[in-house]
Amino acid sequence: MSEPIEPTRRAGDEAQAETGGNRAAPLHSRRDFIAATAAAVAGLGLAPGIRLVEVAAAKPDDEPASAKVRWGMLIDTTRCQTGCDACVSACNKENHLGETRNPRTDAQWIRKIDLTEEQTGQSLSLPMLCQHCDNAPCVDVCPTGASFKRADGIVLVDRHICIGCRYCMMACPYKARSFVHEPHEDQNPLVPRGQGTVESCTLCVHRLDRGGTPACVEACAGEGHHAMLFGDLNDPQSAIARRLREVKSTEVRADLKLGTAIRYEGL
Amino acid sequence: MSAAAPAAALPRPPAAGLRATQAGASRRGMLRLLLSLAAALLCLPGSLTAHAAESGRTPLPAIEIANPGQCVEPKDVIRRDHMKFLRHQRDLTMHEGIRTKKYSLNECVSCHASKKTGSVLGEGGFCQNCHDYAAVRPDCWDCHQPRVQPAAKGRADAATADLLQAMQRGRGGAETKP
Repeated sequence: MSEPIEPTRRAGDEAQAETGGNRAAPLHSRRDFIAATAAAVAGLGLAPGIRLVEVAAAKPDDEPASAKVRWGMLIDTTRCQTGCDACVSACNKENHLGETRNPRTDAQWIRKIDLTEEQTGQSLSLPMLCQHCDNAPCVDVCPTGASFKRADGIVLVDRHICIGCRYCMMACPYKARSFVHEPHEDQNPLVPRGQGTVESCTLCVHRLDRGGTPACVEACAGEGHHAMLFGDLNDPQSAIARRLREVKSTEVRADLKLGTAIRYEGL
Repeated sequence: MSAAAPAAALPRPPAAGLRATQAGASRRGMLRLLLSLAAALLCLPGSLTAHAAESGRTPLPAIEIANPGQCVEPKDVIRRDHMKFLRHQRDLTMHEGIRTKKYSLNECVSCHASKKTGSVLGEGGFCQNCHDYAAVRPDCWDCHQPRVQPAAKGRADAATADLLQAMQRGRGGAETKP
């Protein structure tokens, strides 16, 4: 569980071994295990859906973020629609980005990328955002310790100690960070942001801490595309962990071995 | 060896004399310091009362509290140490995700924002008033919202729970099949 690179598989395997040891007939596959667990949960009088809501329930305000949780996202590029930017506008609205109406310098926490395979002409669209790496290069290079990783895996900038040097922007292979060039006035009270510091996607940490989901995920579901699946990678029962066990997904620039929390399906 | 011994012995007497003078000087200096400290201490109450009497000459900040009531700490404590509370809270919130309300800056704003302007800044603004008087420029408001917002956004609500359930239904069907 401490290594979040493939935490779900590991947790599943351990649990499987334990359960197998207690039963007369050992379980043969992950599917068996999932079915057995679902049955066990149902036996306790809980539907799997309710369990999911429980997991995402708000932590008490006075409790610190837990290292038992590792927030992550699975983006299904086959469901993501070319031309749709609901996630981008939801992010801008939630975090009050793009106020200065100056696209050359405005901060951008999430952006849409369209890709086309040159030989076949097959095209796909995907959102690119901070990948919340386990071994984040931005955290490595930050000279003041302003870039840091929270216990639950969210990579953030402490703008109280950020000096705006932008080393992290150069270190990030995903171009996920932005520098705030202009003074701001109309901040969301829960998302303070101001001139002279670097910022990036926070996975809507202010919403997560109160049991919410990121604004982009909500918007994508609101559009009916359901291309973004969000949840706790460390919880083997979460929808995202189960999905990750089932389908082939990749990290962008997996060769860098950054252990991203955002994974892509169909890429 | 024999040549070096007198050479080394020569500077000794003046050095010893110097040490004696230094010691004398420092003793006198210490005495003077103590005396001046005592004098300063004696003058202190006098100077304080003098300032209080003169308060009419300096325009004091008019502190106007939009929502009067009990602050999170006694008045003298919060006046002296509010920046320490805020600094401590900001690190807890930023790095650990602890979002208790007691020392939250947003909670300060919700009580102290002016009813007229809705802000803690500006003419008569709670924060600006005192900080102008003390000639301190806090940089909180470069990033933080100094105005009261009608409803804090981003709270978990029924819609979020619905979404989570929908997500479970939409993606869960294919996953749970045996």
